Amino acid sequence: MAQHQVNYASTAGLPIALTSVDKLVNWGRTNSLWPLTYGLACCAIEMMASGAARFDFDRFGVIFRASPRQADVMILAGTLSKKHAEFARRLYDQMTEPKWVISMGSCANTGGMFNTYATVQGVDRIIPVDMYLPGCAPRPETLQYAMMMLQKKIRKYPADFKKYPIQDLTNQKGPRKVRLI
Amino acid sequence: MRKYVPKDNVQAKAYYTDRFWVSPRVPRNAVEEGTHFADVVKTLGAQCKEAYIVDAQLVVHIDAPENFKVIKKLKEQCGYTQCSEQSAVDYLAQDGEFELFWQLLNIDEAKRIRVTTRIKQGDAIESIEKLYRSANFAERELFDMFGIKVNNHPLLKRILMPDDWEGHPLLKTYPLQGDDFASWYEVDKIFGKEYRDIIGPELRDPAMIDRYDTKRFARIGYEVPFGEEYTEEEQQPVEYSETFMVDYNKSSETLDERK
Repeated sequence: MAQHQVNYASTAGLPIALTSVDKLVNWGRTNSLWPLTYGLACCAIEMMASGAARFDFDRFGVIFRASPRQADVMILAGTLSKKHAEFARRLYDQMTEPKWVISMGSCANTGGMFNTYATVQGVDRIIPVDMYLPGCAPRPETLQYAMMMLQKKIRKYPADFKKYPIQDLTNQKGPRKVRLI
Repeated sequence: MRKYVPKDNVQAKAYYTDRFWVSPRVPRNAVEEGTHFADVVKTLGAQCKEAYIVDAQLVVHIDAPENFKVIKKLKEQCGYTQCSEQSAVDYLAQDGEFELFWQLLNIDEAKRIRVTTRIKQGDAIESIEKLYRSANFAERELFDMFGIKVNNHPLLKRILMPDDWEGHPLLKTYPLQGDDFASWYEVDKIFGKEYRDIIGPELRDPAMIDRYDTKRFARIGYEVPFGEEYTEEEQQPVEYSETFMVDYNKSSETLDERK
């Protein structure tokens, strides 16, 4: 443990830091975001590179967990096929609250170049997404930046996840307007 | 000198109208006497309806009910010990038939053979899984993608698409972006059909910008608060602005007018 020199003159002579419970809990959460080991396609290679020694995700407290029960973040890295959508949703449901989702890469965001019958056109059709990363594939720096942005987002909200504002991204005037090709 | 092509009205005319790419015909050569392929054709005898050589490969046309016998003969008597590929081509629109092919390899002779046959839609084909184990997955894919049934296959079920999928995606009549079943598949499966209205149809144009959706887009030319609603009167079309337009047709002495 690091040895801190306490300046007794400036803190009324006591080694005390004042904070709120929300901030304390969020401090703990944001510095131990454990994503699910879940790679779908080539974006997973960049995700693995982020976790490896050169980019070193561990210094953010990001440690990949092999079980959804132990994970708080789901990084959807790659093309989600319609056959697999059911299982992706099941893994998301198995994660314990609070949980966050990062949609990594063009394919996960919109279906990307796979404008076909077998690809989910954006994972937000089945899973609520907190962070969308552009890129094909995004660099590890982008994923790390997204994780930092996610930390920032978590710190903004109360620690009780039931008080989270519900983000309704559907259009208020009926369902999404779609221009048919 | 280059061949003259009339250039009038060339852009107005559609230069290519076929929906699918039609590959140019590769030259077909006769089977020469005394070669390995001539022996193969002789071995097959009357079972071989037509034989010619394309790109140093022998192509053999056979009758569909005889496929197992022919391929067994090729394996046991001619040394074609590997089945590297097997699939079908959809010619339903022009001929009302599928063309099936088996691509066989003889490692000792370093020769390849393509056995082809034609079947009507709804007809079944005999499995060659007992001859080549590799045909197991290939035949399942054949069934999955074209709906061609394979008799005496150990486990004939879909291999790529989900088991409850409707339609056979490699048919040329199957829409590339999926039919109604395909476009709602994941929503129906995970949430149920009643969620279709909430989730909405698929957004097939990722570059689409909804100007009045202030939750995901900023209004063009304006700063808008998140989630602000717009009345119908405010929904005006974007005005044509010449401010940002550059007239490249305007002749000027210098390229940069500031100089």
